[in-house]
Amino acid sequence: MSSRIFGSGIRRREDPRLITGGATYTDDLTLPGMLYAAMLRSPHAHARITSIDTSAAKQAPGVVAVFTGADVKDALKPVPCAWLLPNSNLKIAAFPAIAVDTVRFVGDIVAVVVAETRHQAYDALELIEVGYSPLPAVIDPVAASRDGAPQLHPDIPRNEAFHWTVAGGDVDAAFAAADVVVKETIVQQRLIPTALETRATLATWGGASGELTVWNTTQNPHIARFVMSAVTGVPEDKLRVIAPEVGGGFGSKIAVYPADFVTLFCSMRIGKPVKWAETRSENYQATTHGRDHVQQVELAAKKDGTILGLRATIHAGMGAYLSTAAPGIPTILHGLMLSAVYQLPALKEDVHGIYTNATPVEAYRGAGRPEATFMLERMVDKLAATLKMDPADVRFKNMIPRFENGHTVITGLSYDSGDYPGGLKKVLDHVKYADLRRQQAEGRAQGRYLGIGLATYVEICGLGPSQVAGAIGFQGGLWESAIVRVHPTGKVHVFIGASPHGQGEETTFAQLVAHEIGVEVNDVKVLHGDTEMSPMGWGTYGSRTTAVGGAALILAARKVRDKAKVIAAHLLEAAVEDMDYADGRFFVKGAPDKAKTIQDIALMANVAWNMPAGVEAGLEASMFYDPPNFAYPFGSHVAVVEVDRETGQIELKRYVALDDCGPQINPVIVEGQVHGGVVQGIGQALWEQAVYDENGQLLTGTMLDYALPRADRLCDIEVIHTVTPSPHHPLGLKGVGEAGTIASTAAICNAVMDALAPLGVETLRMPFTPERVWNAINKA
Amino acid sequence: MTVPVSLTINGRRYDRQIEPRLLLVHFIRELGGLTGTKVGCDTSQCGACTVLLDGVAVRSCTCLTVQADGSSVTTIEGLAPAGSLHPLQESFWNKHGLQCGFCTPGMIMAAHELLRTNPKPTDVEIRHGLEGNVCRCTGYQNIVRAVREAAERMAR
Repeated sequence: MSSRIFGSGIRRREDPRLITGGATYTDDLTLPGMLYAAMLRSPHAHARITSIDTSAAKQAPGVVAVFTGADVKDALKPVPCAWLLPNSNLKIAAFPAIAVDTVRFVGDIVAVVVAETRHQAYDALELIEVGYSPLPAVIDPVAASRDGAPQLHPDIPRNEAFHWTVAGGDVDAAFAAADVVVKETIVQQRLIPTALETRATLATWGGASGELTVWNTTQNPHIARFVMSAVTGVPEDKLRVIAPEVGGGFGSKIAVYPADFVTLFCSMRIGKPVKWAETRSENYQATTHGRDHVQQVELAAKKDGTILGLRATIHAGMGAYLSTAAPGIPTILHGLMLSAVYQLPALKEDVHGIYTNATPVEAYRGAGRPEATFMLERMVDKLAATLKMDPADVRFKNMIPRFENGHTVITGLSYDSGDYPGGLKKVLDHVKYADLRRQQAEGRAQGRYLGIGLATYVEICGLGPSQVAGAIGFQGGLWESAIVRVHPTGKVHVFIGASPHGQGEETTFAQLVAHEIGVEVNDVKVLHGDTEMSPMGWGTYGSRTTAVGGAALILAARKVRDKAKVIAAHLLEAAVEDMDYADGRFFVKGAPDKAKTIQDIALMANVAWNMPAGVEAGLEASMFYDPPNFAYPFGSHVAVVEVDRETGQIELKRYVALDDCGPQINPVIVEGQVHGGVVQGIGQALWEQAVYDENGQLLTGTMLDYALPRADRLCDIEVIHTVTPSPHHPLGLKGVGEAGTIASTAAICNAVMDALAPLGVETLRMPFTPERVWNAINKA
Repeated sequence: MTVPVSLTINGRRYDRQIEPRLLLVHFIRELGGLTGTKVGCDTSQCGACTVLLDGVAVRSCTCLTVQADGSSVTTIEGLAPAGSLHPLQESFWNKHGLQCGFCTPGMIMAAHELLRTNPKPTDVEIRHGLEGNVCRCTGYQNIVRAVREAAERMAR
């Protein structure tokens, strides 16, 4: 069976509990004596706190305690930023868990109420009197970087959190030699991740034992423990973090948040279990956002379409404070990817990270890479339009040729393997590109505005070698670990350090183990998400769980297989080097009929009645895997849209995604990841934007106002693949969690701009709402 | 102030004294102990809280418990007899119609309503029937496939 289970689209092991309402998410938990916390959040984007009166709230029915910044400031260290970007003059503003004298965004915590019921806690919030003296606020990162802009933090002039550059080649010479330079100001609007489960924390303090147990909606429980320990002072060995069922993250559940620490503080101070669960409005105000770049970009090229150089200045809005991984996202994960799939001879990019009076940003699906891909793909299309070339031809002309084992680009990264022209050719053949262009021309003649958009991409994922993590200032490692434990009956428990929250690794990782040691997939149970049960790991983000955690698991399983082979040789009275293995059976070469199964060996290893000399009892192995390089999935997407000239409405006609994530453990799950990723990117192009008014009020504060992709607005996504194994992964696997999002925003944008080109529209900011499109058509 | 209510959830009767403001979803989750029904948005936009009230789908986050007094509620836990799966549950599993699972109970209940009123929907009708339910993971495509398969199974 092992030869068939890898690559099989089996049903997910996770699903029975999820489709019956049997899964337990953090807010589903109730402990005896549990109290409820509610956070009072600032209604102002920037203000001095002049007074706080909690006396009435403290007298309200059911209220157990009310705390303010003054109560917690000595007990909780500031909320840490954990990506200390080097060579960037990084200035980290202290982020108090509860604001003490100044609030800096709508949603900053001002006080917490703990009460016997959720309703009592929210009722009492209304009774807290806070005096505010409003200060001027600034939301736009470019405006915030100017002299005279409202300053958020003392000693951080022009609100500049960091200034990071990436350069290679002679960019000035490239522009001097260019036949053509195309320029664009691109706004990567601020987005709200909107995991359907809002964030929640349940903390229970063990009192005299000094032990603190925390259930938390996190993508990375081990990082959460590390950070919670640092902030609360509870030693790591007495702090247990459990990520129960987690309802999506998309980056917004990487950070450890002020409200988490406040909930821990409340439990420790009161001595009871305390649960806090966000409302959706709180989630939109206070859980991290994504993107928020203003990109000024110039691309230099020869008149035959050959790209000579790229120059860009980015203002990245960071929000009021630097979230856990925030500084690395518009820099390392963005700037280093600017060569994209192209042979780029020269590059200079300046990235200014700017504090603004908005919600802190973090990783959001793709995290820096969609913003890089978009820049290149938009500029290549502009170049094609300027030169009156086909966008596909410009791409083919500049693409890095196929390579199997390493290609170093101008930013210094060494891509692992890729066939970018092969992928683009395959997807163009699939859609019958020439026919599409013909249909477009025919449509235009009839007054129909079809647009065809291409986007090619390569992404850096499988984060990553720990040595590199250290060099780029990430305050942690990036390896993963796994334990494979075979029980006497041949059933297997797998313990992993990564923390899936919807991606299906309980299934795909069971498939890996079945593939490697020949047990039935249903005999493998994958456990994760509890720091007292699962081995150390750095979490599920950056499309790294399969690339890194999967590699750890494969190598642990191979250790088990190697040990089993030694035991089998002993039982068959043969030399180890004379042994063969196939599909869970160990036998002397040429004698497959007389085999010991993995189950036979599991029983013998666990009872240990007759073991080879010097071999330990048990059948278990662990593996810590630190990858030698990142993984670089890639692909090419094609979008077809039609713009209604009268209404500005955009109809999705067709979407084809070609992705190459290497060999696929479970193609059904891969396809699901692509579907979801593509739709999230479409959301950015067409509907989504976090909107603040000039005072810093979040206008898109509920799902009524923030437009999410919905079923009736979408078309089916056609998913196709090429397979280019990574040379450094034990099974050649790469990663697929973010791929769809990285390509699809650019593909849709290029399609819309292609549709609007004959109407004279050359530039338009996302999201492409009917109003914007209609206005653009009518102003052009 | 509290008021008495009596309602049946998944065949079991609950007689309780409640605050009049108590939302049905909180009654189900906190007094009923049935946490399969989720709160996703608080504003009736995401559909994660969808349950059947006397057989008809409602948003339990915008329904007061007192409005459900005397009614019979079906939640995801009661959609199929214990130990078995409703065809919709089976099809969501078969077609990979879920990832993180948080929207799934509400999505299945909304799909139940769709098939109750339109047993043989086209894909376009499925998409329109589910536009009030948000899923952030799947892009909806496999949900459409799942509902289509369930409709076929239920027609047999």
